[in-house]
Amino acid sequence: MRIACPLCGARDRREFTYRGAALPVPALDAGAEAWSVHVHLRENPAGPLEELWQHELGCGAWLKVRRDTVTHAMLGVVLAEDAGLAARDGEGPA
Amino acid sequence: MRISGKGLISGGRRVNFSFNGVSYMGQEGDTLASALLANGVHLVGRSFKYHRPRGILTAGSEEPNALVSVGKGAAQDPNIRATQQEVFEGLVARSQNCWPSVGHDVMALNDLAAPFLGAGFYYKTFMWPAPLWEKLYEPVIRRAAGLGALSGSANTEPYEKAFAFCDLLVIGSGPAGLMAALTAGRAGADVILAEDDSRMGGRLLAEMEEIDDKPAHVWVAEVLAELAGLDNVRLMTRTAVTGAFDQGTYSALERVSHHLPPSQSLKTAHRPRECFWRIAARATVLAAGAIERPVAFRNNDRPGIMTAGAVRAYLNRWGVAPGERITLFANNDDAHRTARDLVAAGVHIAAVIDSRHDAPDGRDFSVIKGAVVCNTSGRKRLETITLRNVSGEEKIQTDCLAMSGGWNPSVHLTCHMNARPVWNRDIAAFVPRAGAVPGMVVAGAANGSLSTHAALAEGAGAAVAALGQLGITAEAPALPRACDAPYRISPLWAVPGKGRAWLDFQNDVTVKDVAQAAQENFRSVEHMKRYTTQGMATDQGKNSNVAALAVLADATGRSIAETGVTTFRPPFVPTTIAAMGAGAAGQGFKPQRYLTSHRTSLKRGAANTEVGLWYRASYFAKEGETTWRQSCDREVMMVRNAVGVCDVSTLGKIDIKGPDAAKLLDLIYTNLFSTLKIGRVRYGLMLREDGFVMDDGTTARLGQDHYVMTTTTAAAGQVMAHLEYLSQVARPDLDVRFTSVTDQWAQFAVAGPKARALIDALVAEEINGETYPFMACGAITVGGVAGRLFRISFSGEHAYEIAVPARYGEALFDLLVTRAEAEGGGAYGMEALNVLRIEKGFITHAEINGTVTAFDLGMQGMISKKKSCWGKVLSERDGLMDEDRMRLVGLKPKGAAQELSAGAHLFEPDMTVERVNDLGYVTSVGFSPTLGHMIGLAMLSAGPDRLGDTVRLVDHTRGVDTLCEVVDPVFFDPEGGRVRG
Ligand SMILES: [Zn+2]
Repeated sequence: MRIACPLCGARDRREFTYRGAALPVPALDAGAEAWSVHVHLRENPAGPLEELWQHELGCGAWLKVRRDTVTHAMLGVVLAEDAGLAARDGEGPA
Repeated sequence: MRISGKGLISGGRRVNFSFNGVSYMGQEGDTLASALLANGVHLVGRSFKYHRPRGILTAGSEEPNALVSVGKGAAQDPNIRATQQEVFEGLVARSQNCWPSVGHDVMALNDLAAPFLGAGFYYKTFMWPAPLWEKLYEPVIRRAAGLGALSGSANTEPYEKAFAFCDLLVIGSGPAGLMAALTAGRAGADVILAEDDSRMGGRLLAEMEEIDDKPAHVWVAEVLAELAGLDNVRLMTRTAVTGAFDQGTYSALERVSHHLPPSQSLKTAHRPRECFWRIAARATVLAAGAIERPVAFRNNDRPGIMTAGAVRAYLNRWGVAPGERITLFANNDDAHRTARDLVAAGVHIAAVIDSRHDAPDGRDFSVIKGAVVCNTSGRKRLETITLRNVSGEEKIQTDCLAMSGGWNPSVHLTCHMNARPVWNRDIAAFVPRAGAVPGMVVAGAANGSLSTHAALAEGAGAAVAALGQLGITAEAPALPRACDAPYRISPLWAVPGKGRAWLDFQNDVTVKDVAQAAQENFRSVEHMKRYTTQGMATDQGKNSNVAALAVLADATGRSIAETGVTTFRPPFVPTTIAAMGAGAAGQGFKPQRYLTSHRTSLKRGAANTEVGLWYRASYFAKEGETTWRQSCDREVMMVRNAVGVCDVSTLGKIDIKGPDAAKLLDLIYTNLFSTLKIGRVRYGLMLREDGFVMDDGTTARLGQDHYVMTTTTAAAGQVMAHLEYLSQVARPDLDVRFTSVTDQWAQFAVAGPKARALIDALVAEEINGETYPFMACGAITVGGVAGRLFRISFSGEHAYEIAVPARYGEALFDLLVTRAEAEGGGAYGMEALNVLRIEKGFITHAEINGTVTAFDLGMQGMISKKKSCWGKVLSERDGLMDEDRMRLVGLKPKGAAQELSAGAHLFEPDMTVERVNDLGYVTSVGFSPTLGHMIGLAMLSAGPDRLGDTVRLVDHTRGVDTLCEVVDPVFFDPEGGRVRG
C-alpha cells in the first residue's frame, strides 16, 4: 500500500501511522455527550472512508486520506490542517 | 540422455555435481532436473503422503514432485525445485521424504494402506480422544508425511531486501514480455523486466520455431541485446514476482546466488542468497505465460511421465531426450509439437494418443485418435502404458510419457486483489478478468492468447496501453512474423476407470478423493480443497487445481464456471522467511540506542538494562559488591547523603517554538503553562481525549515563545505525534512548531545535598538559592560549552539536570562523576533511580498504564479549573471519579516475609484469591535502604480511604503470598524540605 503525501510524494505505508476515522474535532467545551460520540462511535463503511494518517517517518504531517475499504483504492489525500476538521464553534483554551 | 549438438546449452563447460551421494556430470546452463534426465535419473523423490516414487513432471517453478535439499549444514535449503536449481561445480543435492533412501523407502507401506488413507482420513480417525492429538497423532503424522527438513542450526547465510521503482514492470520474458519491454524501453519509460528463470525468453527457449525467419532464441538474443543497451531498462533474471498488492506494489524474490558455488557467492562477491524486493510500479504488464496441466488417469504419477511441454523444453533447450521410446497422450494440437520435435531430433516415438476423434494427423508420426491412456506400470520408472479405445485395451512399452491436458494461463497475480478469473470455453481454461488489478494489463498466454504471434502483438499493445495510463506515448514496434497455429482443445480432465488417478501430485490427491468430498457434501470448491488438501502443498496446485475443480463440477452436476476457483494468494512461489525478514534478524530485529555516557559507564562498571530500544546503566558495581542490591543500596544512600550523577537523556525532549506555543501547551496539559515565567519549569500532566492519563513530565520556558518539553522515555514518540495532531488537526490556527531534540541533547541528573556545590564549581555562572531556586532553569556555560541547567528533581533531593549538546555528553558525564566521587558520591543507575522515586511516590509508566486517570493518581487537583484542556471533558465522567476506583497508594510489608512483588494482586486478608475479590495490583516495588524495608506503589480500590489497613498480596508467578500495610505513597520527606533546601 502506498500513500501520496502532499508534501513528500507517494511513499510506502510503513512510513505512516494510522489513527482512525477523520472526524470533525468537537470544541473543548462541547460536553460529555459530543466527546463520547467522537471518541467511541464509529461508522464502519464498506466503501469510501476518510481516515487520519500521520507521515510519522517522513515529514510528520497529519493527512486526511480518502480510501475505499473494499478495493483499497486511494481516492485522495490532503493535509489535515487544510481539511477543516477543527472545531468551528467554541474556542480552545485562551 | 543428452543428444549431441542439440539444445541451447550445447558446448557449455562440464560441471560435476552429486545427487543422493552419486557423482554425475552436467553442463553449464543445466538445471538439476535437466542434468539428472541427461544422466537417465528419473526417480527423484517420494510423494508427501503415500511415499510413492516420483520423478520430474515439469520444467519450471510449478514443479510439484522434484523437490530436493541442497547444500549441507546450517545453510541446507530444503524443498528446492530441481527444475529451478542450476547445476554448478560441487553442487550437492539429496532426495527428501524417504528413508533410508529414495530407492528403498520404508514409509512406502503407506501406499499399501492407501484404501484407508483417503480424503478426510486424518479428520475422521484422529478425532478422539482429543488430548492425544498434540502428543501422539500429530507428531507421528508429521513424521510420516513431510517435506524436507531444516538443519536445526541457525542459518548464517546473508539475505537482503530491497526496494525498486519503475514506470512499467513487465512480468515474464516470453514473446509477450519481451515485446512489452521493447515497446516501453524504446519509449524511454523506466522499465523493469522480471523473469523467474535464469535466462530470458520464456517458451521461446523451449520451442522449435522461427520469428522473423530466424530461430526464436536468436530473435530473443537480439531483443535482449537492445534492451541491455537501454539505460532505462533493468533486466532481472532469477526473479519471481510473487504478489500484487495495493497501489502498484509488487513483491518479488530474487535467487541471487543459489546458482553459484558457496565459495563464489558470499566470500568473494558479497552476494546474498536471496533478495526480497518490493517493487513500486506505476503500471504493469503481466506476461507470465501459461502452465501445462496433466491428465488424470490410473497411475499417472510414475517417474518418466511428464508434461508434453516439459519434454519439449528438455529436448530443445537442454538437448536432453527424457526417454528412448517416448509416448504422447494429449487432447490438444499444441502437444503434437512434442512428437514433431522428438522425431526431428531422431528420438523414437512409440505412440501418439489423442483423446479427440478429430485430432490432426502427424507428418512424421501416426496418431491414435479417440483413445486414452488408462493405466501404466513400472515402479521406479515407467515401463508400459495401457491404451484404451473402442477396440479394447493394449499395452505399449515406453520409458517416457509426455502428457498434455491443455494449458492454464498464469492468472495468479491478477487474483491477488480479490478478482476472480473468467472461464473461457474456447481454450477450456480460466483467463484473467479485465481490470482485475489497477494499472495491470495482461498479455499473451497469461491472457489466454496461446500463439506466439498473438503473444507478440498483445505484448506490444499492452505496453502501449499501460504507458498510456501514465501519459507516456509509446509506439508498438513492427510486429515480427511468427507462428500463429490454432491451439484447438477438447477438454479431458480425468480418464474414467478404477484405481488411483492423481490430480495433486505433491499432496497426493486423487480423482476419487475429490469425488468423495463431493459425496460427503463438501461441494464448495473451498471446502473440497480443505477436505482433500488439494492445492495446499508448496506448489499451491499450479498444475492441478483446475482439473480438480472440473472433477468436482462433474461430481456435483455443475459447470466449471459455476463451481468457480479457490482463492489465489501470494506468494506465487514459496518464499523463505529469511528473505522476507532480511535485515531483521539478530540485532536488526531491535535497533540499539546508546547513550553518550555508554562507553564511560561500562568502564565504570555499569551493568546495562534495556529500556525500550535504549541501553541504560542499571547499576555501577564497585569493588567488593557481589549483587546488584549492594550497588543499588549504596547508590541510593549516596544520593541521599552526598551527590549522585545519572544519565537521563532517554527522556523525550521536544523543542516548542512559536507565538502560540503557550496556547498549545495550555491545550495539551491539564495545568497552566501560559502563566509560567521565563526561566521557570513546571510539572505537567497530559490526558488522552478519552480522559485517561497519557504522560507526565516537566516543561521549561526558555523564552516568550520558546519552551522545551520533557516526556517519559516510553511515551516520547506518542507525545510528539500527539503534539502534531493537536496543532495540525485540532488547532491548525495556532502558530507553533515542534522539533524532537532527544538525540541532540545529553542530559544528566545531579542529585543530593552536595549537588549545588558541585554544579556551582563546574559552571561559569553563580549557582545559589537566589539565581536557581527550585524549578528554575536557564542557560549556563560549562567548560566553554553552552548548555542548559534545570533545577528539577526526580529523587526528592536538591537536584539539577544539566544539558549539553550530545557531542559533549561523554566528557561532561565523566567530569560530573569524577567530581561527585571526590565528594563521596558517584554515578547511579536505573535501579537506584527507581528506588529514589518510589520513596517519593513519583509515578512512571508502571503507574500511567493507560487505565488510570488523574483522579486515580490523586492528581485531580492538577486539572485546572480555570481553563479547559484536551481530555478534560471525558475525565470528568461519573465512573472515572468513583471513590472505589483503583487508586494510588503506598505499600509496606507486614509479617515475617517482608516481601513485595510488582505485578502481584491485592485482596482482603480474609477473602479467597479469586478474580471477583481482586482489589488491585502492585505497580512498582523496591528495597528502600533509607527506610530499611521494601516499599511499593499500588493501584488499590478506594486506596486512599484504606490507609493503615492490611491487605493480602498474592503473586502466583513468583510464589509470594503475604500481608502488607496500606500507606501514603510518599514514603520519604513528605514536606519536601530537602528538594527546596
Ligand atoms: Zn510527508
